[in-house]
Amino acid sequence: MKTLAIYLMCGAATPKLAEAAVEGGADIVELGFPFSDPLADGPVIRRAGERALDEGMRTAACLECLAATRRRVEVPLIPMTYASLLEAYGYDRFATAAAEAGATSLIVADLPVDAEPGLRRVQLVAPTSTDERIALAAERTDGWLYLVTVTGTTGARGDLSPALRTLVERARDLTGLPLYAGFGISTPEQAAAAAAIADGVVVGSRAVEVAADGPAALREYVASLREAVDSAPLVSS
Amino acid sequence: MLHTGAHKLNNALGQALLARRLGKRRIVAETGAGQHGVATATVCARFGFECVVYMGAEDMIRQAPNVERMGLLGAEVRPVEFGTQTLKEATSEAIRDWITNVETTHYLIGSCVGPAPYPEIVRELQAVIGREAREQILAAEGRLPEVAIACVGGGSNAIGLFAGFLDDAEVRLVGVEAVGAASLGAGRAGVLHGSRSSLLVDDDGQVLDAHSISAGLDYPGVGPEHAFLRDSGRAEYVGASDEEALASFRRLAATEGIIPALEPSHALAKALELQEDLVLVCLSGRGDKDLSAVLSR
Repeated sequence: MKTLAIYLMCGAATPKLAEAAVEGGADIVELGFPFSDPLADGPVIRRAGERALDEGMRTAACLECLAATRRRVEVPLIPMTYASLLEAYGYDRFATAAAEAGATSLIVADLPVDAEPGLRRVQLVAPTSTDERIALAAERTDGWLYLVTVTGTTGARGDLSPALRTLVERARDLTGLPLYAGFGISTPEQAAAAAAIADGVVVGSRAVEVAADGPAALREYVASLREAVDSAPLVSS
Repeated sequence: MLHTGAHKLNNALGQALLARRLGKRRIVAETGAGQHGVATATVCARFGFECVVYMGAEDMIRQAPNVERMGLLGAEVRPVEFGTQTLKEATSEAIRDWITNVETTHYLIGSCVGPAPYPEIVRELQAVIGREAREQILAAEGRLPEVAIACVGGGSNAIGLFAGFLDDAEVRLVGVEAVGAASLGAGRAGVLHGSRSSLLVDDDGQVLDAHSISAGLDYPGVGPEHAFLRDSGRAEYVGASDEEALASFRRLAATEGIIPALEPSHALAKALELQEDLVLVCLSGRGDKDLSAVLSR
């Protein structure tokens, strides 16, 4: 069974949206804690982050959003953010507060694998990562490795990145951990193709766009991804 | 290539050689006032590289002549139309382009900021300032200066100057920030553009806007080596206001016949307040670009 992770930006509607995503078949929900300068994000998540900040979604409000989401769903919830928020809040204090609010782990997009080794988090690797880096990320990661399928930022692409297959093969040689692929996966077809290669997929930007149309639309979209992931062909190019 | 008007060329030229060595033929850069963009466009023209410069849409209006110069030099200037539409966003967008096109593209960052090893690369390339200044003052005065002083935005001219005197414990090192962009004087630890340094951030770690009459100092972060020098006590950092910089700008022009850029005018303002006799000021750029801003005040 392949894993489907859905990313949503923190906001007033997020707990209900997360519930809808889980009803549609999400196994993991990532919750974006917005940052003023999100280097790894493309236009969709960047704009969603700007709106969230305008609505007052600062760290304390995001932790409340996380706790409210936890009251509605039982799947793993993973805050995804940038190091500046943790620097201000305190790394240990942030990890503790997030765990108390119901977080299962963390993703910090701009924190290199060798920084803050005491902070348990899901590590990201990219097609440009060296084998040494992938091995270190696998050693330090929290449960699974996040494979960034592209060089570049989050956001929909026309086709699944051809770099994913090579990255999965390299990572498989270095670790037995689950490998979930994200960045640039938006359609059911791409999700199926990625799930055929990796152990799971993460869908962000498109989910954030669909979430703007409400829980019903999101549930339907996630269900289409779920179906695609579950029917992933054994071979894909 | 000295027509580019500032110390920025030291770095642009060195990194262009690095890009050639890396086999990359496409350069991306960010620019605020346009000085680094012009320096980058210049070296790209010289080396035959494709050049894309990201610039805040707001800055493109304020610095229209530099936009035209970059175009003349064959660079494509891409407006950045989100956030504050200034240097901070232009830097983010240049980094996004770089990480997307990393196989073919070198990011020619303009200051001693950004992810490792950029702060070191830029410091090494700008260290020519300190080396030559040290030689020149020894030749002219027969002794080291009591103080070496430079303006600090991202901090590249200052880190280059300081590099020449770090081991001379008797030389005071002073960096001068714009008071509205005092990442060192008023900042706290944060992470921006791939480095941990002293930043203008709020209690939640969200990056704040900087404000200065000088676009070259208008950046909410600063090179991490400056934060280290501040914390170690080797260098001290003070602030100069827009008005103080303007007064020094006019005074140097009227008394020495040198029109300085507004950025080093901040350093000049604080140099005038020092008690020491022999003070070395880094005059990092010339002020043609700032005439309209000064005359409109």
